[in-house]
Amino acid sequence: MPRMPRNMKGGRPQVSIFKTLGRAIKMLFKFYPVLVPITIGCIIFSAVASAIPAFFLQKVIADIEKWRDTGNWAGAKEDIIPKILLLIGMYVLSIIAITAWSQIMAYMTQGYLSKLRCYMFDDMQDLPIRYFDTHKHGDIMSYYTNDIDTLRQLISQSLPSLLQACVIVVTVFFIMIYYSIWLTLVLMAGVLLMTFVSSVIGKGSAKYFISQQRSVGKTEGFIQEIMNGQKVVKVFCHEEQSQKDFDAVNDELCENMYKAHAFANSLGPIIMNLGNIMYVIIAVVGGLFLISGMSNLSISGLAFSIDIIIPFLSMTKQFTGNINQVSQQINAIVMGAAGAERVFALIDEKPEEDNGYVTLVNAKVAADGTITETAERTHQWAWKHPHTADGSVTYTLLEGDVTLDGVDFGYEPDKEVLHDVTVYAKPGQKVAFVGATGAGKTTITNLINRFYDIADGKIRYDGININKIRKSDLRKSLGIVLQETNLFTGTVMENIRYGRLDATDEECKQAARLAGAHGFIMRLPMGYDTELANNGSNLSQGQRQLIAIARAAVADPPVMILDEATSSIDTRTEAIVQKGMDALMRGRTVFVIAHRLSTVKNSDVIMVLDHGRIIERGSHDKLIAEKGTYYQLYTGAFELE
Amino acid sequence: MLKTMMKCIREYKLPTILTIIFIIGEVVIEVIIPFITADLINSINKGVVMSEILKTGALLLAMALVSLACGGMAGFTCAKASAGFAKNVRHDIFKRVQTFAFKNIDKFSTSSLVTRMTTDINNVQMSFMMLIRMAIRAPFMLIFAVIMAYIMGGALASCFVVVIPVLVCGLLLVSRSAMPAFRRVFKKYDKLNESVEENVRAMRVVKGFSREDYEKKKFAAASEDIRKDFTRAERLVALNTPLMQICVYFNMAFVLLIGSRIIISSKGATIDVGQIQAMLTYGMQILMQLMMLSMIYVMLTMSAESIKRICEVLNEETAIHDPENPVMEVADGSVEFKDVNFKYSEDAQKYALADVDLKIPSGATVGIIGGTGSSKSTLVQLIPRLYDVTEGEVKVGGVDVRDYDLETLRNSVAMVLQKNLLFSGTIKDNLRWGNAQATDEEMIHACKLAQADEFVQSFPDGYDTYIEQGGTNVSGGQKQRLCIARALLKKPKILILDDSTSAVDTKTDALIRAGFKEYIPETTKIIIAQRIASVQDADMIIVMDNGVVTAVGKHDELLESSEIYREVYEQQTNGSGSDDERGDENA
Repeated sequence: MPRMPRNMKGGRPQVSIFKTLGRAIKMLFKFYPVLVPITIGCIIFSAVASAIPAFFLQKVIADIEKWRDTGNWAGAKEDIIPKILLLIGMYVLSIIAITAWSQIMAYMTQGYLSKLRCYMFDDMQDLPIRYFDTHKHGDIMSYYTNDIDTLRQLISQSLPSLLQACVIVVTVFFIMIYYSIWLTLVLMAGVLLMTFVSSVIGKGSAKYFISQQRSVGKTEGFIQEIMNGQKVVKVFCHEEQSQKDFDAVNDELCENMYKAHAFANSLGPIIMNLGNIMYVIIAVVGGLFLISGMSNLSISGLAFSIDIIIPFLSMTKQFTGNINQVSQQINAIVMGAAGAERVFALIDEKPEEDNGYVTLVNAKVAADGTITETAERTHQWAWKHPHTADGSVTYTLLEGDVTLDGVDFGYEPDKEVLHDVTVYAKPGQKVAFVGATGAGKTTITNLINRFYDIADGKIRYDGININKIRKSDLRKSLGIVLQETNLFTGTVMENIRYGRLDATDEECKQAARLAGAHGFIMRLPMGYDTELANNGSNLSQGQRQLIAIARAAVADPPVMILDEATSSIDTRTEAIVQKGMDALMRGRTVFVIAHRLSTVKNSDVIMVLDHGRIIERGSHDKLIAEKGTYYQLYTGAFELE
Repeated sequence: MLKTMMKCIREYKLPTILTIIFIIGEVVIEVIIPFITADLINSINKGVVMSEILKTGALLLAMALVSLACGGMAGFTCAKASAGFAKNVRHDIFKRVQTFAFKNIDKFSTSSLVTRMTTDINNVQMSFMMLIRMAIRAPFMLIFAVIMAYIMGGALASCFVVVIPVLVCGLLLVSRSAMPAFRRVFKKYDKLNESVEENVRAMRVVKGFSREDYEKKKFAAASEDIRKDFTRAERLVALNTPLMQICVYFNMAFVLLIGSRIIISSKGATIDVGQIQAMLTYGMQILMQLMMLSMIYVMLTMSAESIKRICEVLNEETAIHDPENPVMEVADGSVEFKDVNFKYSEDAQKYALADVDLKIPSGATVGIIGGTGSSKSTLVQLIPRLYDVTEGEVKVGGVDVRDYDLETLRNSVAMVLQKNLLFSGTIKDNLRWGNAQATDEEMIHACKLAQADEFVQSFPDGYDTYIEQGGTNVSGGQKQRLCIARALLKKPKILILDDSTSAVDTKTDALIRAGFKEYIPETTKIIIAQRIASVQDADMIIVMDNGVVTAVGKHDELLESSEIYREVYEQQTNGSGSDDERGDENA
């Protein structure tokens, strides 16, 4: 069913349709600076050529009138055939033009959409995480699925036919006033009426389309909920009740849909028949003029005669036909403009800023301790720190020393979620964060890799303020495994290799072994070549987490962040993974967030977070001895939710 | 397939038929109009007699008004019929899904069912609308216009003999070759969108590994691939426009040339100027209708896919049937598994459950322990007959579950699923799923037992608190306790908790179990858990591994006899009590 432009639903500020369309067209020009003018030329030419026949028709009819009573075809031939040949010549040119523009248009539309899609996608990659956290994924997706599609019709059909209709209307209009201004005025009055009628109907239909859209949303929501909970429905024998509830929603949708379509459906016949009525009126008025002997007002200076009225009638048809065509496109144009507006809004979204200039390089440490940069993989890294003041470059060996110093942060400026957080993580230490949901554990990791920027305080990495480090290098030096595992379509091997694109098969397998994933991968039907689809829905949650851990392991990062990385793995398997991880992370800094305290027990430091503050810190034994919050959590007296 | 769909028209037959009638009316008039206009022109041509003009004018006006009325009415009845048709299809699918057994539900994923009930139905609705308006209109119009053209133009109409086959062949050729291309492209396009979704979902991974450029390149390649295919398909379709124009122009030139020759040779006796006009109009109408038909053809074949997907659901037979003479009462809460083998699909190589023999006395508390994928959930799902055993039998109250009336059985066996859900509505609405007639006291009592009363009372709206879709506004532990309360309201003879207290702290968990013992001693309680603490005081603990029951006994016995049990126990007593395992058993 037709979708209503979203800006009619929400309260978003509306950019004018013309401005948006203008920008869309300008972009088309930019992409195809040569083809667009050629296409426009061809469209105009073919449009004019299709308006001309009326003119020839009049000439031929005049000839027929002249020769009819003689019955002398041989004589008439001399007059008529050259005109028809000329007409055919025009037709041939017009067809060439039409073929050209329709082919170019097909080519350009797809090119335009493809470029626009890439534009959108590229810009999206550069948006900050905040954008993705604050926008529903379904909404982001609809840029790609709905909005781009509305542009397809706009570019390939609506714009050409609009241009064509305009040219024809203008051409016909001039031919009309060439013949008779009076009759043209009569026709114009009719056209005004048609415009008025279509705008009234259009408004009515828009109103019902909005309520239809609301019903659609409601129904889809209901369907989504019940289909998702169908097993619960079965267990509770709730089928009849669900059916009753559904029917109520369904009936409402049907009613709204009926109204919306009823209006939209009747617009076409109404406009068409108003055209027919215009035809009659022109015939009658023309006849009246002819009889009353009223003097004609025209550019040609021709007097009223049958030779004028007949072509005028056929032009009336053409004129109203084109208005009908435009009215059919209006919906598509409005929807296309709304789609374009949203696409542009995404493109205009501000990208993630990165003013970092400290970069990460592979390093070689000489015997005397001097660090040199090298291209090969040495398993040692250094921060390359250029100094603008004197143009010198210093190297700092990457060790994984991370400190947070008095950090304040809030996702929204007026709602601070972290207060004065100070954390020292020495190279090789395992630092754990424990606390209830919303205490700010994940937030801290979001700050270390600069998914978000802190409001106050300092975060240093090997003594360098992380704001100075180029974001991509900072993130390369940090491996993260998140609770919510996201895998990509592709083989298991490709998924592991995502961690480091130049890893060999053997390195990937080694990483999988470390993560304890090798065993189950080998049991998959195609082993490492098993295709994962749909975020790995053919694997269990625990297996997905193991692959994600292998993915991080192959990246071989100096610092690792594990955010509930083993939450879906049963305790027996976790113990195996833990062993592998400990081997992997020996000598490296690890941040661990876990719900399950057995996961964090062996950490060097455990931070207990509560409402954005660190309330306890120390080793497991120390915290147990203190008998504070950690102790209560550990003994199960508190609910971690 | 079409028969299945036709059945959904039902009470909307009248508007459907009316639409067809109105459309035919509109077509007839539309075809006659050029005929009359030709008269009008001829009468103007023959020297203007005003009364003649007015007479034909009035006739024409009347016809235009009738056509307008028909067209408008058809618009309304068509909207009524198609909206109603879609409603019925939606109703039927929903109803069919309600009869589904778990096996059927597993076969169709949630998202595929949702797509079928939304996108696919929209496609079908559009096609239906097109079918009763355009598909009726176009052939009628075509036939009438050809007839009229012959009546009027005689020899002039012979040009259609050439034009129509040319256009038909051309259009067929184009749509035939373009359609498979489009289908391919749309599939690729869907894939592309899926990959975007994947990218958006995994944005933290992308950024975490600094893979933005890699993703851009991947996307650009996929997008370019689609562009190429799409362009090829679109260019094929774009051939329709010039093809159509060639036919129109040919018709015009032909009519003008031959028409003028006939008029002049016969001195306007057989046909006149008006007829030339009319012939041009008919020509246009005929060619337009052919174009329409080719569009309808494309549209219908495209929606055939949707129809197929809808019919798949409508024709899906439920995997579980009520028996002929069902047992209408469950005697007690005893459960027996006799030589049970089970697999989810017939072609599966391995049994999900093998050689299960168990006897659970009525009123017992049973714990089930086992790792991810050990088929704990599978085992208990056989009790309320959510699936049927492959071999052997499951007895409840001494009767094979397949002999019970399904509703009777399921009302006696309450199950809290692992993947549990609350629905949008108030807490009371949700609790009433367990018992539609439950009084407030009963609900409060059930909630007290499930340790939910306290937090529910703490909400400002208490039991009238509105739960958002998916229960997002209560915590995981709260959700689990409400789900338990909901199941308790059924007053079941057997209560099954499939890992239903994983997000509840150990203290509350213990309170819930103590409540069960005190208030529902006769009910058989089967508890699947990850935490040893949740099951260790049970009358009977079942240890499962890889679809097999490896040990049965009490806590102390199992510590002795079962290695797996001991291992899990040791790990947990060294670790913490707060465990939340959410592996999907059926994955």
